[in-house]
Amino acid sequence: MDIHEYQAKEILASFGVTIPRGGIVYSPETAENKAREIGGARWVVKAQIHSGARGKAGGIILCNSPLEVAQATDKLLGKKLVTNQTGPEGKIVNRIYIEEATDIEKELYLGLVFDRSSESIMVVASTEGGMSVEEISKEKPESIIRSKIEVAVGIQSFQARELAFGLGIEPELISRVSDTIVGCAKAFSELDATMVEVNPLVISKQKQILALDCKMSFDNNAMFRRNKVSELRDKTQEDDKEVFASDRGLNYVSLDGNIGNIINGAGLAMASMDMIKLAGGQPANFLDVGGGATPEKIVKAFKLITMDEKVEVILINIFAGINRCDWVAEGIVQALKKIEIKVPLVIRLAGTNVDKGNKILRESKIKYIEANTLEDAANKAVAVLKK
Amino acid sequence: MTVLIDKNTKIIIQGFTGKMGTFHAEEMIKYGSNVVGGVTPGKGGQKHLDRPVFNTVKDAVKNTGASASVLFVPPAFAADSAMEAADAGIKTCVAIVDGIPSHDMIKIKRYMRRYSKNEKMTLVGPNCAGIISPGKSMLGIMPGHIYKEGRVGIISRSGTLGYEAAQQMKDLNIGVSTSVGIGGDPINGSSFRDIIEKFEIDDETDAILMIGEIGGPQEVAAGEFAKENMKKPVIGYIAGLTAPKGRVMGHAGAIVSAYGESAIEKVEILKECGVTISKNPSVMGETVKSVIEKI
Repeated sequence: MDIHEYQAKEILASFGVTIPRGGIVYSPETAENKAREIGGARWVVKAQIHSGARGKAGGIILCNSPLEVAQATDKLLGKKLVTNQTGPEGKIVNRIYIEEATDIEKELYLGLVFDRSSESIMVVASTEGGMSVEEISKEKPESIIRSKIEVAVGIQSFQARELAFGLGIEPELISRVSDTIVGCAKAFSELDATMVEVNPLVISKQKQILALDCKMSFDNNAMFRRNKVSELRDKTQEDDKEVFASDRGLNYVSLDGNIGNIINGAGLAMASMDMIKLAGGQPANFLDVGGGATPEKIVKAFKLITMDEKVEVILINIFAGINRCDWVAEGIVQALKKIEIKVPLVIRLAGTNVDKGNKILRESKIKYIEANTLEDAANKAVAVLKK
Repeated sequence: MTVLIDKNTKIIIQGFTGKMGTFHAEEMIKYGSNVVGGVTPGKGGQKHLDRPVFNTVKDAVKNTGASASVLFVPPAFAADSAMEAADAGIKTCVAIVDGIPSHDMIKIKRYMRRYSKNEKMTLVGPNCAGIISPGKSMLGIMPGHIYKEGRVGIISRSGTLGYEAAQQMKDLNIGVSTSVGIGGDPINGSSFRDIIEKFEIDDETDAILMIGEIGGPQEVAAGEFAKENMKKPVIGYIAGLTAPKGRVMGHAGAIVSAYGESAIEKVEILKECGVTISKNPSVMGETVKSVIEKI
């Protein structure tokens, strides 16, 4: 789960990380007042969307008066911002963060992630802040320094110090940079985060250490014990169909193609999408209804797929294990009594009682194309589109 | 001896009296697995499915001599249960449960470092289908009848894609020595490399089919191990060719976040390691066939 910049800043500030003065607003009027309240002579108006690269997309505006702050807020609120991370549909701006402008002397990069090789938390830092970590790894790989956190004891002061010295920080600022690193590491461990990124972490001309932009992501599996964090979820930043799916216990990812698919199991779903592509088609989605593929889940899956206007054919691929194909087939037949499907259907069943399952489908009144193998199903779905 | 389990392996079910535990324990018993009892704290002394229920894993091990366990406890309590199994002397623990926080998985793995190599439990999963040695024993939730007895080992992240492979192989009259589901989470108990190493020294296995997917370094690590250390042929398939970067594809671990984690990159690296790649998921069985015919 992702959260907004201002939410990440509030969290990190509670762990001792210093952030510029700022506040969240929802209207141009409050923006002007907020700017006066924050004080100073220059402000930055920042669109709050779940994406990086907002600056290049016009989502971050530098202002020289409270009036300009109000105007900038008015310009951004309610707009969709398209960045290189949002996809062409962009993301809606419903919240604006007003922040005092910072006189930047130096920009650093600080990130924490799970390292799957060492199965520990990895701190990544670089002197080349302001660029994305991918750009840094490509253009200035030698600037990257890393440190592994032993989760049993958490980050140690010496590790934070080593990183700070490694970044070439002047001695009088070492302890404050170390505190920032320790704060981020604690937030990561204590809140079940999967990613913390401060980019840039800046040294201001006034020698302050400030987290200028922050991102945090959290482990969805841990939300049962993170009530406060889970309240920060902003569904307006997610795809409507993906929200519909997650509310109903389905694993769904919206894609660009026109072949909708309903599969049981994540691995089989990915494999079926691959098969569609190899057959010359494009999947409209990833959809895993769960290993069990219960009739209830299949009804929900049909509802979800029919929400997607791009879909021109639906491919169903179910491998019945403990559940049986005859039961799955009954589920499909029942589902199609409740929902009208206007596009062609290709159905491939496999596993336990496959013959019984296919018999039920053939004898039902539903119109569909039967397929035997994964390859057969993908080929038939693509062939339907060509007609 | 097959990989991890055999016909006599004594199995207990953690979360025995729950709905999931009950259903799958019955399936396992029907298959012929030697389920000797189970654990549900507070229900010790009762009988369930004609087998004793214990309050703690230690009690269960002491009274039944169990060496394997299957976890059917909710995700919030799963880490605790896995550590309890490790501490009670369980040798193989299969965690079926989906949804264990990654921070908890790291803790389990750190906790298990207190045991010497010989005493250390092998944790398989979480978020997996389990282990089956066809005709011998099943510790998991897979449909046992789709697995034919034979001499090919299977390691798979995904449950249903593993079933698909077993079915394709059965249709071609190819059997399985043991199939191990290592699960779809980013941090898991046993990696591809951990299991492939066990297959290499297993005298009942001639070749290994490895079914991976996008995300993480484990498929590549296993390929590199195979290149350096293995004599038995390895066949591979990697799912997720069409998966967009940075998106989680159902499995928490199926996300491309670094170089070498996409399906195309993994396939290239595995090929260089001498792994025979199944060109699509519909021909996993045929690819295995073409390789074992040459042995």
